[in-house]
Amino acid sequence: MTWIFENWDKFLELTAVHLRLAVVPVLIGLVISIPLGWVASRSRVASAVLLPLSNILYTIPSLAMIVIMPALIGSKILDEINVVIPLAIYTVALLIRGISDALRAVPGHVVAAATAMGFRPLRRFITVEFPLAVPVTIAGLRVAMVSNISMVSIGALVGLGGYGQLFIEGYQSNQDKVWAGLIATIVLALIADTLLQVAGRVLTPWVRAGR
Amino acid sequence: MGWLFDAENWSGATGIPVRLLEHLAYTWLTLLIAAVIAVPLGAYVGHTGRGGFLIVGLTNGLRALPTMAVLILVVLWAGIGDLPVYTALVLLAIPPIMAGTYAGIRAVEPATVDAARGVGMRERAVLLQVELPNSLPLVFGGFRSAALQVVATATIAAYVGAGGLGRYVFDGLAFQEYDQMLGGAVLVAVLAVLVDLVFVGLQRLTVSPGLRPVGTGGKS
Amino acid sequence: MKRIATAVAAVMLLSACGGDPLSNGGSGQSSSDTIVVGSANFPESRLIAEIYAEALSAKGVKVTKKLNIGNRELYYKGVQDGSIDLIPEYSGVLLKHIKKDAVEVAPDEVYEALKKALPAGLIVLDKSSAEDKDAVVVTKATVAQYSLKSIEDLVPYCKDLVFGGPPEFQQRPDGLPGLKEKYKCEFKEFKALDVGGPLTVAALKDNSVQAADLFTTDVAITANEFVVLEDPKSVFAAQNVLPLINEKKASENVRSVLNAISKKLDTKTLLELNAKLSSPDKPEADKVAKEWLASAGI
Repeated sequence: MTWIFENWDKFLELTAVHLRLAVVPVLIGLVISIPLGWVASRSRVASAVLLPLSNILYTIPSLAMIVIMPALIGSKILDEINVVIPLAIYTVALLIRGISDALRAVPGHVVAAATAMGFRPLRRFITVEFPLAVPVTIAGLRVAMVSNISMVSIGALVGLGGYGQLFIEGYQSNQDKVWAGLIATIVLALIADTLLQVAGRVLTPWVRAGR
Repeated sequence: MGWLFDAENWSGATGIPVRLLEHLAYTWLTLLIAAVIAVPLGAYVGHTGRGGFLIVGLTNGLRALPTMAVLILVVLWAGIGDLPVYTALVLLAIPPIMAGTYAGIRAVEPATVDAARGVGMRERAVLLQVELPNSLPLVFGGFRSAALQVVATATIAAYVGAGGLGRYVFDGLAFQEYDQMLGGAVLVAVLAVLVDLVFVGLQRLTVSPGLRPVGTGGKS
Repeated sequence: MKRIATAVAAVMLLSACGGDPLSNGGSGQSSSDTIVVGSANFPESRLIAEIYAEALSAKGVKVTKKLNIGNRELYYKGVQDGSIDLIPEYSGVLLKHIKKDAVEVAPDEVYEALKKALPAGLIVLDKSSAEDKDAVVVTKATVAQYSLKSIEDLVPYCKDLVFGGPPEFQQRPDGLPGLKEKYKCEFKEFKALDVGGPLTVAALKDNSVQAADLFTTDVAITANEFVVLEDPKSVFAAQNVLPLINEKKASENVRSVLNAISKKLDTKTLLELNAKLSSPDKPEADKVAKEWLASAGI
């Protein structure tokens, strides 16, 4: 642990990389899973394809995904996108089922009421249907965020990966660094988780009001 | 994909069947150990209602635990072998199983529990004969997500010289042979799906009809 | 499978465009006057990379560090695709990596052959006299048991012994294939461990493996009374430490800095620096690098 304080600059640098590699995929994953979740909630065929597919993608080991990225998309071996895409895929896999279930669970009379008030489909989705799916989405985001933060380290096996660098360096020379990386990872995850929880409360005031 | 179908890779001490069995052994024993720890804990807290915050905190904290760091620390502490692998994987499997059990027990209708007490059941019997059977769908949900994570993550055991399908992923990385690496990854995915199907089957056999399955997520 | 993955990746990429932090988010592309220094995934490589980086930035060169990338099979791709511009290398293994059938073993021959073998755009600068070879290493007990001095003495027992080393050792010409070809030595089993790291040392110590691939400058060898077996048939060629660099980045200034380092770096220095890295207070590699540069007057 003392390592962190003796090497504060390096620690901050690693923290920035770690955060970027964990948060960007969650944002991308969120942006993708909302429309995909909507499609899956509307069409049986789409949900029969998307949900199992996302489950299977989720089971592919992260290291393998990260390593094959350059061959797949033509990126360079040290590009951060090699970590970002796999983690975004996992995020989608975690979010899509919840979002589609939640959208499907929006009561028909609520949708009908919105339509009767003259809401067009897009506006209805943004202002009525999706907000009702926010609690489920936040729950999924929390799991995705925490597991991404812990998974980013794997990237260090191919020269990417924030705190993962500490694991590899510490393994070879200095156990203190491994502990530093481990504790930093957990603290980062808990902070991110708490922030998302708070965001969820702020975004869904009606959940508390209804109680 | 040629690698997967090359007969040469299916034989010998480093062949696919051997690695597959090693991987299964890691998975199976990990789930067993994790169950022995997590089910009683989750059930106890769920039943008494005391320490719920502890379960939530513990599961969240463990979920953030980087498996690689655990592996490394145990190797540095206890040397190479199976201990580091099982320590890391068990810590990974505990949160979903414990959360599933806890949530399952909490979700049992209070009326049902009251009725059980009303007919004179002791606390132990209430837990074992009423609460646990009723919570099985959620317990299974926990086991299924634990199994998925363990199968996918057991790959990383190869980083500290262990076996399993991860060997192909790490050797593929070391040789820069994408074929071998992808082959290993596909095998892991297939195994994960098969293991999940086994749990679905078990669930059908043991859960009383009328209770429907639910799952929780997380992966490392 | 691959097609599905490609499709998904394409979708992700599309959505990642437009105001995404990735497009300029750090790695890969470097501007023309910045040198990206890389290193392999073991301490000595990291240390020499720090020495290069430290010395260059002291002379006003802009430097970015990308350390711990992985093994040569991986980082060499990074040198080729421009992810990194400069990395410390070892002449013999680099030559074998580029030219599998290279036969040169003496330092100067290896160096000349390497210069010829490098693809356009990549060059090596002056070699240092510092050598760090892969070597077949055994415990003192094993030496006593089979009365070993060189790999040649080991040959009759290879089939009974388990060998440990980094996974890539199974395929490198200066790895198992070389031992098999030149000595007819085939081990009972190969255990994939790490690059001269704690796993390999631990496995050798607890007899999980009886012979292992370690680096000759590894302090663990003397610390554990391991024995380096002689290599009369030269499976492991001369391994002088030298900088591999993208020709476009090798300005006069850069060349003179790196050549000055190579001039001062010898095997004894390497041993001392490695010992310092693994001393109880575990100094960071960049500090050790700075200290050495100051003491060497660079």
